[in-house]
Amino acid sequence: MKKKRIATTSLAGCFGCHMSLLDIDERIFDLLELVEFDRSPLNDLKKFTRRCDIGLIEGGCCNEENVHVLREFRQNCDILVAVGQCAMMGGLPVMRNAIMHSDDPLRECLDEAFCTPKVLNPENQIPNDPALPLLLDKVYTCVDVVKIDYQIPGCPPSGETIWRALNALVKNEAPALEYDLIKYD
Amino acid sequence: MSDNKKITLTIDGKTIQAESGQSIMNACDAQGIYIPRLCDSTGLVPQGSCRVCSVKVNGRVVAACTQPAEDGANIEHESDEIQGYRKDLVRMLFHEGNHLCPICEASGRCELQAMAYRFGISQATTYPYLQPVRPVDASHPDIALDNNRCILCGRCIRASRDVDGKNVFEYVGRGIHKRIGVNGDCLADTNADLNDYAMSLEVCPVGCIIRKGEGFFSPVGERQYDSDKIGSNIENHTAHSSLGKLIKVHQIDPNDAIHDDIDQSNVNEDKS
Repeated sequence: MKKKRIATTSLAGCFGCHMSLLDIDERIFDLLELVEFDRSPLNDLKKFTRRCDIGLIEGGCCNEENVHVLREFRQNCDILVAVGQCAMMGGLPVMRNAIMHSDDPLRECLDEAFCTPKVLNPENQIPNDPALPLLLDKVYTCVDVVKIDYQIPGCPPSGETIWRALNALVKNEAPALEYDLIKYD
Repeated sequence: MSDNKKITLTIDGKTIQAESGQSIMNACDAQGIYIPRLCDSTGLVPQGSCRVCSVKVNGRVVAACTQPAEDGANIEHESDEIQGYRKDLVRMLFHEGNHLCPICEASGRCELQAMAYRFGISQATTYPYLQPVRPVDASHPDIALDNNRCILCGRCIRASRDVDGKNVFEYVGRGIHKRIGVNGDCLADTNADLNDYAMSLEVCPVGCIIRKGEGFFSPVGERQYDSDKIGSNIENHTAHSSLGKLIKVHQIDPNDAIHDDIDQSNVNEDKS
């Protein structure tokens, strides 16, 4: 059987889902019998070398670079899978979308992070280097930006969950998770 | 209310016995058939607002918790259509509030989450996330309210009114603006107390009512719904004595033993 090509990325995530992928332990050897990794932080490939069968997305979109990368993944992957709560519904970063008593949650979030005297930031400056990707007005889920084929819930999904889902995907099946593998936390 | 007349129902083709005056849900509970529910809770007057308990009776969709069982009724319970309605209702609840399971203290014992697990909800929906901006009320020394997680089941309202006799909570607003209000500017202004039944872990199905200083009392893996599906306690019993409590739903007295029972069980849980 021809090996499937997999690409992975972490957008507005914490890399926990990637750590969880590594949590399949020695089964990673079995996985490498079935798949080949293309663009991924695991092998440090920054660009797609060719079209991929499966793209795994960790995290939602909080800046314009995230949107750019996510669209690139959609263009280059046959099946796109949102992995983890951040990719599915925004996760923790999405908390900045709804801040109590705030009409401008992004401003409030940045003020709290950089302009309060609690933080060592003598110039009270919000980072604005042109090299930094522009923040979006709010955090978007992957589904808001591109078509997502499957989701693997969890924060992070356990190694077992990712293993089962990937096994189904390389066999061209929809990942079906049993009761004890569906977790939102 | 009930004259204890035996009646016969058909549920998904299976014939069961019930007492006249019982709701469809209570009749099914007694037979070990679990109908999913969020706004209904043992010891509270059924309200029929979440509609997760929807069943089809003689071709009409009704809430099983409030619909009386009728002799000869033909009930559709686990058909694809009804399960589809229930799943969509649960999905919409997730989209309507800010349900951040990874940070929620109730995760693992949350009935909304457990219901989604039971339904196997893991794939994307077409509904938008509304991401409402809702207040957190941490004014009370022992209790905090995080309205982001509220699903408007009204269990706290009924518990406070009918069991505690206090009326700490009430619905305010209408339609999409409907929310739970407290009887004062903030919770600290009310006569709410940590020992109220309304503040006990049984009442709030999600993590909206937070008992301060008690969070995360069970480790991951040992939480209520980590291995047991919600409703498995009902499915694993068939007409046993423990369900006697489920059936006497309508008789609530503020001085009733139910209240003491529940306070006691809380104290035990705190120690564990």
